[in-house]
Amino acid sequence: MNWDWSVILKYLPRLLEGTWLTLELVAISGLIGIALAVPLALMRVSTSPWVRAFPFAYIFFFRGTPLLVQIFLIYYGASQFEAVKQSVFWEILRQPYWCAIIAFSMNTAAYSAELIRGAIQAIPRGEIEAAEALGMSRPLQVRRIVLPRAFGIVLPAYGNELILMLKGSSLASTITLLDLTGMARTIIARTYTPLEIFLAAGVIYLLISGVFIGCFRLLEKRLNRYQHYRHQVPTELTKIDPRLQD
Amino acid sequence: MDLQGFGHLLLSGAWVTVKLALTSLAFGLLFGLIGAAAKLSKFRFARILGTLYTTLVRGIPELLLVLSIYFGGSMLLMWLASFFGYTDYIEISAFAAGVAALSIAFGAYATEVFRAALIELPKGQWESAYALGMTGPQTFFRIILPQVWRLALPGLGNLFQVLLKDTALVSVVGLDELMRQAYVASGSTKEPFTFYMAAAFIYLGLTAIATASTMLMERASNPVSRGSRA
Repeated sequence: MNWDWSVILKYLPRLLEGTWLTLELVAISGLIGIALAVPLALMRVSTSPWVRAFPFAYIFFFRGTPLLVQIFLIYYGASQFEAVKQSVFWEILRQPYWCAIIAFSMNTAAYSAELIRGAIQAIPRGEIEAAEALGMSRPLQVRRIVLPRAFGIVLPAYGNELILMLKGSSLASTITLLDLTGMARTIIARTYTPLEIFLAAGVIYLLISGVFIGCFRLLEKRLNRYQHYRHQVPTELTKIDPRLQD
Repeated sequence: MDLQGFGHLLLSGAWVTVKLALTSLAFGLLFGLIGAAAKLSKFRFARILGTLYTTLVRGIPELLLVLSIYFGGSMLLMWLASFFGYTDYIEISAFAAGVAALSIAFGAYATEVFRAALIELPKGQWESAYALGMTGPQTFFRIILPQVWRLALPGLGNLFQVLLKDTALVSVVGLDELMRQAYVASGSTKEPFTFYMAAAFIYLGLTAIATASTMLMERASNPVSRGSRA
């Protein structure tokens, strides 16, 4: 085997291009995912079984099936229906970029909603009772007490969820997108140096997760400063997904 | 749902998926135990290796792992074989590459689950076994492992579900498992939605079975719950 360092150097700019797309996918889907996850989590802790039913089914489906199936369902599946092809959504659904973003957002929304639910249920009862005793209305309690507290609790675990999503984003390469993995595969098809290029891609993924972890530690330090910050993923949340443990 | 005679194809794919998942589980548990032992070892070098294993693997996409082992693995093996004078082409099967990648990934997360369980176990368990004159391996297999197993089961059950879903990635290197068969069927019928939905429901069924079995095993491993309802 002749190990070729120069091929990494030569194709580094292309790999960085792919890295940029990967970051874009993670950032956009992460934001949409959180926006979807908060209402889902709030519905999930509702006392009414009718309200709970929808988020339950949604989370069950998205956590119980592979992300690859979800991507293919959206990207290839949508074209099966003439009605979709005729509608205004087709302009979006025919582009792999948007299909990947839709799939990632819906997927991470399910996982994050489950985490936020765990965090809401981990808030000490007394804090909610205190809010009630002060005469706060339900919406005000949610806005001032429940959500801010839940975010503080969920943060360490959410940082790890974001890394899982970063890893999941490599599936974008299966629907022709040139993200970091997709770019690496294209380069390898041309140069046939799989070990060198995959190593380079792996190192870039590791660096990104390293930066994510650092950023989240800083954010945690700021948000949880009132309780003498110490980094810890609550056991309520590692029970939901042991991969979130450090 | 009309599967147009492709139902048996999906089922044969599901069977490959199950075989892939169970084989990877066996190796993955082994890697997890070795990893946890390394991380808790008194030797600094073993601890460094263990930490390196979990940090590297948990930060790299599983898909990248599958691809590198499938495409890079044969190159690596051929290079190693060349030292022994073997110069023919060596190809790694998609199944073997899948098992390698999935069990390495599973093992990295299982390391943390086992490690947490081992730490949780009181030190007195080791000490009393020592006092009874048991050797190290005896203590580990007769005293420690059965108890660690009980503590680690819920976490491992969750990780097995993740593993079950990750088997879909091996379709990318051409293994005829469930996802790949759904792809083939949707290609010839031009009904991708139907077949990916069918695949999704089969995966849901498999994860449901996995959850139920984990719950049964949890009950069986916990002597308290086997007795009268307290």
